[in-house]
Amino acid sequence: MIRVVLPAHLRTLARVDSEVKLDVEGPATQRAVLDALEAGYPMLRGTIRDQATHQRRAFIRLYACQEDLSNESPDAPLPEAVAAGVEPLLVIGAMAGGSA
Amino acid sequence: MSGVRVLVGTRKGAFVLSSDGRREHWDVSGPHFAGWEIYHVKGSPAEPDRLFASQSNGWFGQVIQRSDDGGATWEPVGNKFSYEGEPGTHQWYDGTPHPWEFARVWHLEPSLDDPDTVYAGVEDAGLFRSTDGGQSWQELSALRCHPSAPSWQPGAGGMCLHTIILDPRAPGRMFAAISAAGAFRSDDAGETWKPVNRGLRSEGIPDADAEVGHCVHRLAMHPARPDVLYMQKHWDVMRSDDSGESWHEISGNLPTDFGFPIDVHAHDPDTVYVVPIKSDSEHFPPDGKLRVYRSRTGGDDWEALTRGLPQENCYVNVLRDAMAVDSLDSCGVYFGTTGGQVYASADAGDTWEPVVRDLPAVLSVEVQTLP
Repeated sequence: MIRVVLPAHLRTLARVDSEVKLDVEGPATQRAVLDALEAGYPMLRGTIRDQATHQRRAFIRLYACQEDLSNESPDAPLPEAVAAGVEPLLVIGAMAGGSA
Repeated sequence: MSGVRVLVGTRKGAFVLSSDGRREHWDVSGPHFAGWEIYHVKGSPAEPDRLFASQSNGWFGQVIQRSDDGGATWEPVGNKFSYEGEPGTHQWYDGTPHPWEFARVWHLEPSLDDPDTVYAGVEDAGLFRSTDGGQSWQELSALRCHPSAPSWQPGAGGMCLHTIILDPRAPGRMFAAISAAGAFRSDDAGETWKPVNRGLRSEGIPDADAEVGHCVHRLAMHPARPDVLYMQKHWDVMRSDDSGESWHEISGNLPTDFGFPIDVHAHDPDTVYVVPIKSDSEHFPPDGKLRVYRSRTGGDDWEALTRGLPQENCYVNVLRDAMAVDSLDSCGVYFGTTGGQVYASADAGDTWEPVVRDLPAVLSVEVQTLP
């Protein structure tokens, strides 16, 4: 079970109150987690990564275990603590991403 | 008793303003989608409780919401807007080629007779259609693939397809307007398009009379006389009597002919409304006086409508999609400002009252007249 914490706007959109728990098949990578997230919550498609290219949106950050994983390969293994469900993967709206 | 529902999109959410036919007392609901930019909300003429909303922001991109109960509840529907084929390039602000990139949906235009069909005008300029209530979107790519498209250039607000008008008398005829490419018409439901800009003159482009390249801000049509179109351009208020084949200027005695919205009285195709602002750089009313101008003669002769509107120290703007009319016997006129006010007139513009004063900047206003 992998835990994902979404930013408030995406929790509202997905209608979840707190963190999301996901069953991820195979190695726990960013891609696998986001695939599972979007499969369970289709309304999140396109809000974290591009629907066609799967590139992370510019103002989204992915953090875990006090590390910024945003620029890691989407196929790189996530930290063991995330894969084991001890620590959540944090999806963050970057500080630069708001609008006036 | 009949009533009205005013659908307001703002920089930080959507609001629904409801009143009975007297339009004296208003219920305000919202913010819906708080914190998101709501470029447009519009109801289906075929099924008025079906509403579509364009929701976006810089973090999370584009979401489309649909309500089937008049805005009480909403469901996210499809948000995949993929240009068909290889999108190609248009001109960037510096004149270099720039790949077509989807940014957001500016305008949603539900079909006149099918509640499941809705059109979306997007930035970078393209036209999409859904025939399943917004669940999936297909590009009508002939417009973006027009031979002139590589020369299109964004206006200051981006290269947006901001106006879609469906002709109620000629199935398949539709108009679209793009900043800064101009107006286009299709007579075959979007399969082919032609620029309809003859008569427009824009000093900001190398050939002032060019076929494309004009910064059209808004088009308006009266459904009873669909061959007549009105246009607010970057500068100049224009009119066409032949479905866009040719245009002539009707700015007349306006204090300035720069502005964004333009709309037509629900029962009189010759009564037109604009909100002049000072200039392309000073996006506020001349002299700090918020005045709607009304022509009862289809243009050229304009009267200032001021009663109930601030006549000193007012420096707001009214954006292109932020004016609408209802179709009650005494036509109601509505507009929203970048200062967060929504003004309503229940007497065709003679007098105005603010329905709300302190919303986020208003991006769009639509009105539904309910039985």
